[in-house]
Amino acid sequence: MADLRNNFVGIKSPNPFWLASAPPTDKAYNVERAFKAGWGGVVWKTLGEEGPPVVNVNGPRYGAIWGADRRLLGLNNIELITDRDLYTNLREMKQVKMNWPDRALIASIMVPCEENAWKSILPLVEETGADGIELNFGCPHGMSERGMGAAVGQVPEYIEMVVRWCKQYTRMPVITKLTPNIADIRKPARAAKSGGTDAVSLINTINSITSVNLDTFSPEPSINGKGSHGGYCGPAVKPIALNMVAEIARDPETHGLPISGIGGITTWRDAAEFLVLGAGNVQVCTAAMTYGFKIVQEMISGLSDWMDAKGHRDLDDICGRAVPNVSDWQYLNLNYIAKAKIDQDSCIKCGRCHIACEDTSHQAITQFVDGVRRFEVMEDECVGCNLCVNVCPVQDCITMVGLEPGMLDERTGKTVDPNYANWTTHPNNPMARQAAE
Amino acid sequence: MGTTETGILSGRLSPVEYEKNFSDLHPPLDGHEALVAADRCYFCYDAPCMTACPTSIDIPLFIRQISTGNPIGSANTIFDQNILGGMCARVCPTETLCEQACVRNEAEHRPVEIGRLQRYAADIAMRENRQFYQRAEPSGKSIAVIGAGPAGLACAHRLAVKGHDVTIYDAREKAGGLNEYGIATYKAVDDFAQAEVDYVLAIGGIEIRNRQMLGRDFSLADMLAKHDAVFLGLGLAGVNALRAEGETAEGVEDAVDFIAALRQSQTRADIAIGRRVVVLGGGMTAVDAAVQAKLLGAEEVTICYRRGKEHMNASEFEQDLAAAKGVTIRHWLQPKRIIARDGRVAGIELDYTTIADGRLTTTGETGVITADHVLKAIGQTFEADGLGIITLQSGRIVVDGEGRTSLDRVWAGGDCVLGGEDLTVSAVAQGRDAAESINHVLAAASQPAVAVA
Repeated sequence: MADLRNNFVGIKSPNPFWLASAPPTDKAYNVERAFKAGWGGVVWKTLGEEGPPVVNVNGPRYGAIWGADRRLLGLNNIELITDRDLYTNLREMKQVKMNWPDRALIASIMVPCEENAWKSILPLVEETGADGIELNFGCPHGMSERGMGAAVGQVPEYIEMVVRWCKQYTRMPVITKLTPNIADIRKPARAAKSGGTDAVSLINTINSITSVNLDTFSPEPSINGKGSHGGYCGPAVKPIALNMVAEIARDPETHGLPISGIGGITTWRDAAEFLVLGAGNVQVCTAAMTYGFKIVQEMISGLSDWMDAKGHRDLDDICGRAVPNVSDWQYLNLNYIAKAKIDQDSCIKCGRCHIACEDTSHQAITQFVDGVRRFEVMEDECVGCNLCVNVCPVQDCITMVGLEPGMLDERTGKTVDPNYANWTTHPNNPMARQAAE
Repeated sequence: MGTTETGILSGRLSPVEYEKNFSDLHPPLDGHEALVAADRCYFCYDAPCMTACPTSIDIPLFIRQISTGNPIGSANTIFDQNILGGMCARVCPTETLCEQACVRNEAEHRPVEIGRLQRYAADIAMRENRQFYQRAEPSGKSIAVIGAGPAGLACAHRLAVKGHDVTIYDAREKAGGLNEYGIATYKAVDDFAQAEVDYVLAIGGIEIRNRQMLGRDFSLADMLAKHDAVFLGLGLAGVNALRAEGETAEGVEDAVDFIAALRQSQTRADIAIGRRVVVLGGGMTAVDAAVQAKLLGAEEVTICYRRGKEHMNASEFEQDLAAAKGVTIRHWLQPKRIIARDGRVAGIELDYTTIADGRLTTTGETGVITADHVLKAIGQTFEADGLGIITLQSGRIVVDGEGRTSLDRVWAGGDCVLGGEDLTVSAVAQGRDAAESINHVLAAASQPAVAVA
């Protein structure tokens, strides 16, 4: 059986599945239940500074979008950091860590951008025996209006400054949590690295309005007829998160910087994708909030079984394996040619591939063959766009098949060139023409 | 439990049992169930279900409208093609029409529940009495529709929409035709047929004259003299005779009369049923009669059909329903003689049958089933009284693709025409299409001649 033990910047946990800092990790009761269910670690819900805690709204905190059968696809929230007293949280953290010494326990922290605020809270956290700290520079709602959370994460200089303070005032590993609400995720990651962070974690939630009530014209979740943008998460954000993780993993300036991957992870497969794109471990929230803590059991067994099937012995075998394959568009091989192929045995004849291609793409799929309803790819029209694959309701019914070098591409009438060639040298590229002249 | 006393008796069950037995066969979907069911639709292109529907309802669209929380728009989509979409949702053999064509069968062997979804949307619109159609400017034309069944009602509604005045003549006490008198009680509960008639008539411009029978109270010639056009939406009034000894014994009854009486009964307790019932026939009528006989408290109900299972007109679903309700279906048995005692049915003697050289024949072997009640469901015939010289073939009216008969200004549709499918939904399609044809012809006739210089 594959070895799932995780060592993330020196923080050890029995598996790479941590619960992200969020409502599920707000108090000992929940965290104890999570550890019993098998979670490898938790990032405790974000602590604020000493004194009267923040308050939350007393109406709905979550909004959502759903897919078929009301499967939750995206969730947003307007909940703030912990609204419990700092010392209550610290006391519980210490007790939980004593009860579960083999699990990772990380403290998420958000205090004002002042050196003293950080300097004074760090020793208190260190005293709990927590394994590390995560700097919450990500929350996009509420706290950012007070100059914290995403307001810090959107200014690389602030990130670098706060990280430096933390490295100065604590011996605990520092994980810097990044907001996706910026134009280029590499900038804050570089800043965190410059400040000396041990790792980054991402993504935090995305600015969002999930829906609007068409009777009251209030955004949802609605607080007495008004709504505020919230932080968006869940399966719908996974592609955004994967890209941002990959961007940092392949950026020469941050390559090798440990990453804790977050964003819509719902199954072992999602987790594995983050790991191979450069994450050292993963954090989960929405999936647990949707289905309960038990889902970690599916994640552990799925990841382990896949690793066994593929001969991967431990996490080091898989982490970052896909990073070299993330490329700029301009370097993609333009001589690679693929065509869609429809497996007639599994085709249910819904016609969605046909109408998608006919109405919105390249008119490359039949509706009738010899007068019979039958959907076949016309290779002389197919550009290999993959839209039919994506709209087909039957998995693996339509596949993309690459043409072997030397084969005829019926669309262009040319044989497939075995050599790699990309846009940088393509004759239609004005830059390439210039260089040649 | 009910009484098992021999003889044809009413009140075999308690009121509670009657209520339970004759409640909705397929309870309506609630809002949540409808959303879950609608989610399964793939919104196919040129959808096979739509092609399979005789009225070509845009099924993917109406289901998508349900899934987006717009059941009223969904009903509008349904009624655009089929103004009797509420009844069709209840009585259509969907398992051999839209749901058989559903692509979900290919991979999962379980279609989208199209019929129940259609009922969901149609019921909401009808409950709220949402009317989607307004009459066009009055055309000044009047059309006689003979028969207030599905074909006649669909034709009348479409004609009314076009601005014509319609008079429906119907032989029965109530409008609705087989929807009112021929459908099993558990398929159209809560007087749905009359509610639907009211909904259809709410368009205005349609007058119904009941107890007016063609051939008795008026002739086709009378109608042509009074109206600009005539649509014949007649049912099958005749019932095939058994032509077996003892047919006149007390306790031998036509299944259609039995079914009609049940539909008109308020409590069902007044409908008498035997202890041991034999139903002769293999169609939907046979199953409807047999199942309801069982539900009325008969101890034994046996359907005897003279051919094999594969020849039965009753759908697979209907056969399974009968079996589930405790009806025994026996094949390759043909009635030879009703055994009577003191003038009352005591049993039935049957010939075993087989196919030899492509023809049905008896094997020489016979058997007897004890019975005190025999229901005949061996087919109905069209009685062409009062139709004059209209062209018939195989006892039915011959029509072209638009429903035109051999007579000028006379259209026909539904069970009375040749090639009919004995389906409510087909009758609706024919009535609707005939209305379009009538409208077309009348409009062309009233176009002023334009001189082109």
